[in-house]
Amino acid sequence: MNTILYIIQKEFKQIFRNKGMLPIIFILPILQLVILSNAATYEVKNIKFGYVDFDKSSTSRALIDKFNASTYFNVLTNYASQEKASSAMQLGNVDVVLEIPNHFERNFIKEKTSSLGITINAIDGAAAGVENGYINQIVQSFNKDLKVTYMDASKSTLKPVNISSIPSFWYNITLDYKTFMVPGILVLLVSMITLFLSGMNIVREKEIGTLEQMNVTPIRKSQFIIGKLFPFWVIGMGLLTIGLVLAKVIFNVPMIGSLLLLYGYTSIYILVILGMGLFISNFTDTQQQAMFIAWFFVVIFILMSGLFTPIESMPKWAQVITEFNPIKYFVEIMRMVMLKGSGFTDILPLALKTLAYAFVMNGLAVWSYKKTN
Amino acid sequence: MKRFIGFIKKEFYHIFRDKRSLFILFGMPIAQILLFGFAITNEINNVDIAILDHSKDASTQEIINKISASKYFTLDQFITREADIEEAFKKGKIKAVLNFEKDFSKNLIKEQQATIQIITDATDPNTANTITNYINAILKNYELSKNKNIKFEYQVISQTRMVYNPELKSVFTFVPGVMTIILMLVSAMMTSISITREKELGTMEILLVSPIKPFQVIIGKVVPYIFLSVINAAVIVILSIFIFKMPVQGSLFLLGAESVLFIITSLALGILISTISETQQTAMMISLMGLMLPVILLSGFIFPISSMPEPLQIISHIIPAKWFIIIIKGIMLKGVDISFLWKESLILIGMTVLFIGLSIKKYKIRLE
Repeated sequence: MNTILYIIQKEFKQIFRNKGMLPIIFILPILQLVILSNAATYEVKNIKFGYVDFDKSSTSRALIDKFNASTYFNVLTNYASQEKASSAMQLGNVDVVLEIPNHFERNFIKEKTSSLGITINAIDGAAAGVENGYINQIVQSFNKDLKVTYMDASKSTLKPVNISSIPSFWYNITLDYKTFMVPGILVLLVSMITLFLSGMNIVREKEIGTLEQMNVTPIRKSQFIIGKLFPFWVIGMGLLTIGLVLAKVIFNVPMIGSLLLLYGYTSIYILVILGMGLFISNFTDTQQQAMFIAWFFVVIFILMSGLFTPIESMPKWAQVITEFNPIKYFVEIMRMVMLKGSGFTDILPLALKTLAYAFVMNGLAVWSYKKTN
Repeated sequence: MKRFIGFIKKEFYHIFRDKRSLFILFGMPIAQILLFGFAITNEINNVDIAILDHSKDASTQEIINKISASKYFTLDQFITREADIEEAFKKGKIKAVLNFEKDFSKNLIKEQQATIQIITDATDPNTANTITNYINAILKNYELSKNKNIKFEYQVISQTRMVYNPELKSVFTFVPGVMTIILMLVSAMMTSISITREKELGTMEILLVSPIKPFQVIIGKVVPYIFLSVINAAVIVILSIFIFKMPVQGSLFLLGAESVLFIITSLALGILISTISETQQTAMMISLMGLMLPVILLSGFIFPISSMPEPLQIISHIIPAKWFIIIIKGIMLKGVDISFLWKESLILIGMTVLFIGLSIKKYKIRLE
C-alpha cells in the first residue's frame, strides 16, 4: 500500500512541477467550456437576405416589408438585376434571394394567383431547410393578409380541412442549445484531458529511459499502474466538479437528477478512458505515436458521440461502431441525469455497459504492460 | 545551400524511418474521412417515436400509417396514458410522442379542425426541432390529400430553388469540413513536436552549434511535412470525389494550390507551438487540447458562424480553418475562381507569414 502512495506522490509532484502544463490542464479546458459552449448552436439567425423587385407595386412592397419585420432576416439588400444577386450569392454576401417578377400584382388581381422566385444557398443543407421553413411561414401569413383584402367574404367557399399541431418541447422548452451543449462539451473536455495525459505518461518514461529504472525496482505491476493512473482520475473528477459549478453559475444549466449518481457514473467512466490511455501507451514506442493514436480515437469519439449530430441518423454499421464509443455513453448519461432527472434504474443498462468496458480496457492494459522487454 | 539540403535530407530520414508513425499518418486520415463522410449527418432517419391515441379512429390510423411508413420514423410503442410519457422519455429510447386528441375524426369532419400534440425530447434541441418539422410536413401532406377538391384562390405561390446543393445533402457541408479538420490538425500536430523533440532528446545543442541559421532549421523542418500533407490532401480529395460524389465545379488546380497554402499555414502554426514549448508533452497538449475543439466548433464546420454571438464571430476570424472551409466550398460547390477568393487566400498567407515570423523571433539560440 505504501508503495502505491509513494508512486502517487511522485506523479503528483511531477504534474505540479511542470509549470507549462498546469494552465493547459486546468485553465484551457475551463476557458473552452465557457467560450465554446456559446458557439455550438444550430439555430439559424441573421440570415442575409436580398431581393430583386421587378414589379415595384404596393403588393410587392408589402411582401418585402413582411420579410423586413421578421427577426430571422437581418440584412436587406435591393439588387437591380438577377445577375447582381447571383454574383452576390457567389461571394457569400447573401444567403436568400427573393425575386418578384414583373406584373406580380396585376396577375394576382386578374388570375387570383401569382408566383414568386426564391433562391436559397443550400451548401449547408440543414440551414437551408430551416430558412425555407421561415420563408414559407412568411409567405403563408402574407397570403392570409391578401385574402382578407381581396376575397369577397359574402361568397361562401368550402372550408378546407385543417389539422393544427401543437409542438411541445419537453425538458428544454425554449430550445436553448446551451443546456445541452455545456454538459456535452464538459464531457468532451474531461475525456480529452484524461486520455491524453494517461496515453502519453508511460510512453514518456519509456522514451526518456526512466521506465527501465522503474522496472528494476520491486514495485509490482498492479501497484505501478494504480499509482500512475490515480492522479489522472483525480484530475478528471476535479475538472468535472469545476465544470459543473461553472455550468450552474454561468450558464444556469438545470440539474434535475442526482449529482451523486452522476459522480458515481463518472468515477467508472474515467476508468475506461484511463485504461484506454494506458493501453495506447503500452503499444507505442514514442510520445509522437501515442499522440497520433490518441488523437485518432478522440476525433472519432467526439464526432460520433451524438453530441453534434444524432446517432440515429447514422447508417447501421456506424451505429454499431458507436457502441464502442465511451463518450457516447457519457453524453447520454449527462443528458438523462441532468436534464431529464433519470434515476438509477433508468441508467443502469448504460452504466453496466460502461462498467464492463472498464474491466475489459483495464484488463487489456494490465495484461499488455510488461516489465521485461 | 548544400548544408541546408543535407539538413532537409536528415529530416526526411527521421520521418521515413519511423514506419509506425508513417502508417498512422497516412492511414488515419483515410479511415476518418470514410467514417465521417458516411456517419456525420444531421438529417434524421429511423427516429423511434411513440403514439398516444385517445381517439383510435380511421383518420388517426391513416396518419399513424403515413408516419410509420416514412423512412424518418419508426413506430416504437403505443402509450395509453399521459402519465407514461415521462417514463418513456426517461428510458431514453424514444424521441417524440404524438398525442391525438379525443374524437379526432369527428372533429375533423364536423368542424374541419382537429388537433395533434407533438411532444419531443428537447434535450437535443436540433433533433427535436427537425422531428417537429418533419411531422408537420407529413400532416400538411395529409391535409392536402383531404382538400383535393377545394380550389385555393387569392394565393401567392413561391417557387423555391436550392442552389449549389439541390438535394440538401449534408455530405456537401461535412466533407469539406472534415477535410479541413484533418489537414489542419495532422499538420499542426506533426510539426509541433519536431523542435521540442530535439530539445528533449538533447540533440538541439548540436543543431545550435552548427552553422545552420534559425530560419533554415525552421524551413528544413517544414519541407518534409509539406510533402507528406500534400499526399494526404490529394488522397482525401480523391476519396471525396469518387466516394462521396463531391463535385469540383471550379478549377482543380486552384483547389490544389489553396490546399498547399493551407497546409503551410497549419505547419507554420505547428512550428510556432514547437518553439514556445519546452517538452513534447506540452507541445502536444497545446496542439491537441488547444486546437481540437476551437477548430471543430468555430470554423463553421458543424455550426453556422453567422448564428453565433458577435464576440465569437470575431474570434472565429483567427481560426485558419474557417477561411479554408470557405475556400473549398467556393471552389468545389460554387465553382468560383480566385477573383472571389483572393481575400480569404490573402488572410491565410498573412497568417502564415505571422506564424513563421514569430517562430523565428521566439527561436532561442541559447540553452537555458
